[in-house]
Amino acid sequence: MEGKEILNGINLEIKAGEVHAIMGPNGSGKSTLANVLAGKDGYEITAGEVTYMGEDLLVQAPEDRARKGIFLSFQYPVEIPGVPMVSFLKTAVNEHRKFRGDKPLSAGEFLKLMREKKKLVELDTELTNRSVNEGFSGGEKKKNEIFQMALLEPKLSILDETDSGLDIDALKIVAHGVNALKSPETSTIVVTHYQRLLDYIVPDRVHVLYKGRIVRSAGKELALELEEKGYDWIKKDNANQP
Amino acid sequence: MNIQGTVIDYSLRLAEHFREAEPVFSRLSSGLLNQGRKKALAEFVRQGIPGRKNENYKYTNLQPSFAHDFDWIHRRDGADFRLTDAFKCDVPQMDTHLMVLLNGWYHSFQPKSGSQSGGWLNGSLEQVSREHPELLQKYYGKLADGGEDPMTALNTLFATDGFVVHIPAGIKLEHPLQVINILQAPASSFVTQRNLVIVEPGAEVKLIICDHTLNLNHYVSNSVTEVFIGEGASADFYTIQNQHNNTTSVHSAYFHLGRDSRLTTQTITLHGGLVRNNLNVILDGENGEANLYGMAFMDKRQHVDNFVRVEHNKPNCRSNQHFKNVLDDESSGAFSGRIHVQRDAQKTNAYQRNNNLLLTDKALMQTKPQLIIEADDVKCSHGATIGQIDEEALFYLRTRGIPEKQARLTLMNAFSYEVVRQITVKPLRDRISELVDKRLRGDVGRCHDCAYHCEC
Repeated sequence: MEGKEILNGINLEIKAGEVHAIMGPNGSGKSTLANVLAGKDGYEITAGEVTYMGEDLLVQAPEDRARKGIFLSFQYPVEIPGVPMVSFLKTAVNEHRKFRGDKPLSAGEFLKLMREKKKLVELDTELTNRSVNEGFSGGEKKKNEIFQMALLEPKLSILDETDSGLDIDALKIVAHGVNALKSPETSTIVVTHYQRLLDYIVPDRVHVLYKGRIVRSAGKELALELEEKGYDWIKKDNANQP
Repeated sequence: MNIQGTVIDYSLRLAEHFREAEPVFSRLSSGLLNQGRKKALAEFVRQGIPGRKNENYKYTNLQPSFAHDFDWIHRRDGADFRLTDAFKCDVPQMDTHLMVLLNGWYHSFQPKSGSQSGGWLNGSLEQVSREHPELLQKYYGKLADGGEDPMTALNTLFATDGFVVHIPAGIKLEHPLQVINILQAPASSFVTQRNLVIVEPGAEVKLIICDHTLNLNHYVSNSVTEVFIGEGASADFYTIQNQHNNTTSVHSAYFHLGRDSRLTTQTITLHGGLVRNNLNVILDGENGEANLYGMAFMDKRQHVDNFVRVEHNKPNCRSNQHFKNVLDDESSGAFSGRIHVQRDAQKTNAYQRNNNLLLTDKALMQTKPQLIIEADDVKCSHGATIGQIDEEALFYLRTRGIPEKQARLTLMNAFSYEVVRQITVKPLRDRISELVDKRLRGDVGRCHDCAYHCEC
């Protein structure tokens, strides 16, 4: 949005092994935050800094951030007709390996890896024979995001509204996938509107974003409070904010 | 002050050359080819070299191409030309019967090793016009109408050679027939090539036509191909154009389809200075089907124009046009697609799509769909898009660690693949995919005279 200030006043520190939830009403800037962290064009950073593993993140290209371990699970994964899933995934995995100085996987090795990771989110083999996200249902697209996360083994995963458009069964599968990938070295930012996902992916900290600012941070109990009372009380408390 | 200007009319120069040269070259040519020249001359002079005033050439001005001085090639040469010398590094192994034409003249034929000759005919127009005059009497000049297009008139005016393929009824050619058209003259030249393809009822043929330039002289190439597809017959026409920036190439193909017949054309323009492809299709029997695909990649100041006309004369026919362009730098493209459904051509299904990817602000695309529908029970549609690389898709790929350049390439390949995947000859499809990828990487540009030439 041209000339509009979307984010203003975010202080966040995420340590290895932690899960942070970012909640907030519609239009509060949650997705913008996720996109800015992943390096999307079209946002101007006028002030502030983001340090990732000791480096300035904001000057880096999206692909460099990705190879250094940042993964964005899209709210709306993009359909790319004509780009086969398998070659896309193989290229992505091998770009990560190249960055780490590992040898690229052969076709056989890659297919083996893919079979193994597919089980995690119960992704249908038929889908990996298609073009990227082409004709996938909403749930399949989200599973596919977590499947890619499993293949790329990121250090910091940003899940942007991964629960939207999911039925309860798919939600459980996706959450199970995310939890299985968790380790003391990895961190997760869960961006969500509803508390529901947080029943399955339990956060260490919950932050409420409103009008581009973090207006409240607390433990996981904050999510339950929001579920019960809605966002109105947050809005009222911050009515005087610009 | 006295200002004097001279309008140079190159068409007069061409007519003048015809009057001078005709007595010589027509002696070597058969009466069948000669008899159309007088009418063609009148038609050409009346219309002139197409420029902006010619509605059908509105987006492609050919007049500057004729400003160059060039030689004429009125007789067969190239006795010492060897294809293997020209393609030193990488001769395409396509498992095909191979015809070679040099500067518009039929040069040699090499059947697919181990295959049966099987009673079908291929040869030079000049030779066939002597040995099988009945074929030319029946078919020559029956589709190509110089009254409609001055470039076709110009072709008929100077036509002396080209290739002829005749597949008798019921014969299904197992291997594709590959035609390699080579431009390699000692000086800048004007090249005329006239081809005739007859696919009799129930017969099947796949033709792969590759256009190449093997040196840097200027060329204007003007070719016409007439194709007759009989009842229940099937023909595939793949054209791969890869010529250098100083080449103007006008190719006009005329197709006549009988009842229950099928045609697929694929025009892949990898490289060329100015390329104009005229595709004229007449669906003249019930239940005929024509699929016309095109894919062009242009950069620098190159220009491509695909001009398509489909005539639905009879009921229950299907036609489908899908043309795509990727335009870089200051290149330009044009697409005109006309679908004409005649009054009794009920139950016609006719579709047309033109999608264009512009990589810079200076690239230009002109697209013009035209539907003329005189029947009342038909399904017709058309659509055109002109756009840039999908930024959302680009970002998606990059967030997976794929570098921007590679990601762009992937998306351009994907854009092309929708057309390329329609190629049914698998080795050819793989080969084209590879060439498209090379082209998009800029490799064909560097090794500009021939994609097959060197792996550089």
